Amino acid sequence: MKTLNHKGWYFVLPVVLLVAFNALIPMMTVVNYSVQETFGNNLFFWEGLGWFEKLLHSDRFHAALGRQFMFTGLILLIEVPLGIGIALAMPRTGFWVPVCLVTMALPMLIPWNVVGAMWNIFTLPDIGLLGYLMNTTLGISYDMTQNPFAAWATIITMDVWHWTSLVVLLSYAGLVSIPDAYYQAAKIDGASSWAVFRFIQLPKMKQVLTIAILLRFMDSFNIYTEVFVLTGGGPGNSTTLLSIDLVKIALGQFDLGPAAAMSLIYFAITLLVSWLFYTLMTKDDQK
Amino acid sequence: MAKITLSHLRHSYYPNPKGPDDYALKEIDLDWEDGGAYALLGPSGCGKSTLLNIISGLLTPSEGTILFDGNDVTGLPPDQRNIAQIFQFPVIYDTMTVFNNLAFPLRNRGVDEGTVRARVNEIADMLEVTDMLETHASGLSPDNKQKISMGRGLVREDVNVVMFDEPLTVIDPHLKWKLRSKLKELHQKVRATMIYVTHDQTEALTFADQVVVMQEGEIVQIGTPVELFERPAHTFVGHFIGSPGMNVLPCTVKDGVALMNGEPVSLEGAIDGSGGGLTQIGIRPEYISLGSSGLAATIRKVSDIGRHSVVEAMVGDIPIKAIVEGEPPARGTSVHLVFDESKTRLYRDGWIATKAEGNSA
Repeated sequence: MKTLNHKGWYFVLPVVLLVAFNALIPMMTVVNYSVQETFGNNLFFWEGLGWFEKLLHSDRFHAALGRQFMFTGLILLIEVPLGIGIALAMPRTGFWVPVCLVTMALPMLIPWNVVGAMWNIFTLPDIGLLGYLMNTTLGISYDMTQNPFAAWATIITMDVWHWTSLVVLLSYAGLVSIPDAYYQAAKIDGASSWAVFRFIQLPKMKQVLTIAILLRFMDSFNIYTEVFVLTGGGPGNSTTLLSIDLVKIALGQFDLGPAAAMSLIYFAITLLVSWLFYTLMTKDDQK
Repeated sequence: MAKITLSHLRHSYYPNPKGPDDYALKEIDLDWEDGGAYALLGPSGCGKSTLLNIISGLLTPSEGTILFDGNDVTGLPPDQRNIAQIFQFPVIYDTMTVFNNLAFPLRNRGVDEGTVRARVNEIADMLEVTDMLETHASGLSPDNKQKISMGRGLVREDVNVVMFDEPLTVIDPHLKWKLRSKLKELHQKVRATMIYVTHDQTEALTFADQVVVMQEGEIVQIGTPVELFERPAHTFVGHFIGSPGMNVLPCTVKDGVALMNGEPVSLEGAIDGSGGGLTQIGIRPEYISLGSSGLAATIRKVSDIGRHSVVEAMVGDIPIKAIVEGEPPARGTSVHLVFDESKTRLYRDGWIATKAEGNSA
């Protein structure tokens, strides 16, 4: 017989406190704001679910959310295949392995705001290396401060430059863990290189790829600094992603209530998509 | 199915091998007869896997040629040699069903679906895996996975040779025996040439009709299990095969007579050649008995291994192992060791140097 001993709960207490202070309590203040209206002076008025309703019917929110999904979708579509491709092309043994790995890791070590500033200077049409080269030397009109398409091309390229390495390194880790015998058996079985990729490499990379996609989804869906430093959400509102819009509402307009409601919806979407994706990807493994 | 000939085969993993020590394989000349069951036996690192990978085409030898039925295949890639190889760790395609796994080599070669179906069912029947054809291969137990990877090799009708690279390493001991007899049975059914690489003498001796013993990149002896046991051509074979291994005893040769510890020892036949080199007497513990006359020795150790006992006796400072049936003598007893003359041989620099009685007569 097991004796019931509730003292065990005391051991969980430190974690509960930690989580409370770093997540639950700050989150609850946001929840608190999201159901109230304030005009300053610490005066609050009950709003109920009003902010949520308004937000869900707001064109501005829909547009920002649409841009956010477009951004995340595009960078995933580029970074995942590109990352796998680079990982496949990397050497498995020899002198070039550490060289490749370090080169790949470098962009990820640069702080977000530095990346934004770098790309800003790099692409400025008059003095930036790329901007000057495109406009003056090659004669192709390229101005990410004026042209929405150019702005989008630049933020996508910047993210691909910054984060493809993550997919590369994770895929590479998956690839090098495949024993030689698999390749040898495939050779003997007469498998084409596509079949080797499809039936050996991809299945063995599946788990690390799931993690890579999940991380890239969450990170890119919450992206703020790089895009803010590079374009500031412009030209116009064309690169105003969800997080940039949120900061505009919260700190620019100081609409704490709507901003809080938006934060919660934002959080819920990130959580929901991540959960759906992870559940779908790991469903087969449960069997 | 084919006869496989290895001619003047040498292989080095270095681009510019200098001495013989740089070679993983030193000069191999060997014929594998069509339909034979062979074992390649040797300790880890003796070059047996290298040899296997050269036959399968995964490695290109530094020197020499490989012939399948007289056709030079040295330059052919593995998929064009029609060989099958089963690896130490079972290789299966996780995302496919067992059926698709077995069908994979055929579909890659563009065989029509009707033939694929018939052939896969036939092989599944032979391997007794028919009931798992529709299940996902990833969930199978190691022995079934190994069966499937075997099946992928056998599914092609034109397979020249099936090679096993220590296939029972990850199999549970109680299933090893089962899978091994399955292999033997398969060989009798498909009659393909089979080469079985192992460092386990039991596996080699039970599977093969002919055992090739390798050491440090060289073939030391080829023979039936009985031949290897009865008349090892090299002290290494004597020592490696048998449990306990052959006694290898230091001796000197004077006027054609072998002297051990100063006393003459009679051999199976006349000593070949003459002159220097390290000379040793080789005799298996099975052929030494305790008698009333013979070499005087003192019992140092007795191990009861069930059916019989292994006793270790000292002649001077030379330890000699003998197998004794029935009640073994106690430790410290003085005994006389009797060598079976027809099984006592002289080895010079490791190689046998006595004429076989039966052959010379």
